[in-house]
Amino acid sequence: MATQHSRSAARLMMAPAVMLLLGWMLVPLIMTLMFSFKKYLPLRGGDLGWVGFDNYIRFVSSSSFWPSVMTTLIIVGGVLLITLVLGTLLALLLDQPMWGQGVVRILVIAPFFVMPTVSALVWKNMFMDANYGLLSYLWEFFGAEPIQWMSQASLTSIITIVSWQWLPFATLILLTAIQSLDHEQLEASEMDGATTLKRFWHIVLPHLSRAITVVLLIQTIFLLSIFAEIFVTTAGAFGSKTLTYLIFQRVLESQNVGLGSAGGVYAIILANIVAIFLMRIVGQNLDK
Amino acid sequence: MARAVSFNRKTVNTALAWAIGLLIFFPILWTILTSFKTEGQAIADPPIFLMFDWTLENYAIVQERSDYLKFLTNSVIIAGGSTLLGILVAVPAAWSMAFVPSKRTKDILLWMLSTKMLPAVGVLYPIYLIFIELGLLDTKIGLVVVLMLINLPIIVWMLYTYFKEIPSEILEAARMDGASLRSEILYVLTPMAIPGIASTILLNFILAWNEAFWTLNLTAAQAAPLTAFIASYSSPEGLFYAKLSAASTMAIAPILVLGWFSQKQLVRGLTFGAVK
Repeated sequence: MATQHSRSAARLMMAPAVMLLLGWMLVPLIMTLMFSFKKYLPLRGGDLGWVGFDNYIRFVSSSSFWPSVMTTLIIVGGVLLITLVLGTLLALLLDQPMWGQGVVRILVIAPFFVMPTVSALVWKNMFMDANYGLLSYLWEFFGAEPIQWMSQASLTSIITIVSWQWLPFATLILLTAIQSLDHEQLEASEMDGATTLKRFWHIVLPHLSRAITVVLLIQTIFLLSIFAEIFVTTAGAFGSKTLTYLIFQRVLESQNVGLGSAGGVYAIILANIVAIFLMRIVGQNLDK
Repeated sequence: MARAVSFNRKTVNTALAWAIGLLIFFPILWTILTSFKTEGQAIADPPIFLMFDWTLENYAIVQERSDYLKFLTNSVIIAGGSTLLGILVAVPAAWSMAFVPSKRTKDILLWMLSTKMLPAVGVLYPIYLIFIELGLLDTKIGLVVVLMLINLPIIVWMLYTYFKEIPSEILEAARMDGASLRSEILYVLTPMAIPGIASTILLNFILAWNEAFWTLNLTAAQAAPLTAFIASYSSPEGLFYAKLSAASTMAIAPILVLGWFSQKQLVRGLTFGAVK
């Protein structure tokens, strides 16, 4: 087994990674905490002293706070619903025998590798533009009035774009999970006369529950902080301002660092609530 | 173990899956097609799918006008540099956790993962301020360091899961034969670990290439990678579909190709071993 010598060597080898991450976590975190208790306006006087919980109260009582929470919930919830439902269906389909399965997988997975700024711009201009977008042609073709996607349906637009980016991730993870399913069990139940829906409900879905939870948690963490998709489409206008975007605006656009930092602390707390559940699942798996 | 399925059912599956696959892929296909059109054809009513005059002029114009190569170089340096630096730091850490596990190994792994959950916007200003103080704003080295740090947990985790799969008996045998720690790592472990390290490099290069929070907020003209270059097309005056498509195609093509090789690693790298 490991000797004393190799133990101390191991500790030494771990040190750089641990130190770096510790610094990366603690230094900015402490600074954010400190700023959040100060009136701090870099362009208008700089550090104007301690103000207690003032920023925390002002952040939540500003008129943009609750709308931004709603927007965040709608976007995250909408994308989760779409990617999980479609991802499960698509994974079930891709698990079936077919010709050219490898190619279809490549087609389905591709959007995940498109950089966020590209997918947002391509969707915004080439599909959702009210004059020249493909969707407008489609609408006109069916005799409908084209939609001003970005201004009239900003949340639908953003949810569509982000779902397109994350559907491959959900599908791929769920497909991996489905492939570990015992197909003989399914066939046996089929012989016993269980309907497709019953088999899905009683065998497939329970088997997938863990993968679904993992997808749900990981996506939530990433979706809570989507930025580029809003930055290049609406820049937070038309009711598309998420909590992340609101904090970004407070900090960098209006340079109210104290207020933005208080918002940042809220965002950190929110992300940690989700993270705790994810860590528990990941931790259980480590013990196996 | 072939599952018996009727020919008809297989045909229906195939048709349905291909239709959905093509539908999902369509925005990418449309972008690539549009990049070869003239600006007039790009906004033609009704849209032209294939019967247009194929041209390469958009690619030439994008390069000429906006110095695409500079942004490409920046992306390669930033994504490549941060990945390699991350590997350098992570390999020893993952090695020691996989082969000399202690009671705290699990806690350390989970703690590393938790740093990945820290929302970037929560620490935006401190990082911004540190960057200004150290003169790192709009420099490639600054971004290399930040992207290395945000991807380090994923790199450590991926390497750890790969190293875990290497049977430790082999290491013990080498140790019995009197191999020093150094030669153990160099001659026994490294050859077996290379596939895992390669997969880790691949996925993290992709993640760094596409990262679009820090690259947008910490760069201006000098160090901007392709993510920021593309974002500059969002201003209305820069809006020409064919050129936007050419720029987009060039920005995503290398990663699409690499991405297709990394499907399996994606599951391992982004679920932290929770889905197998």
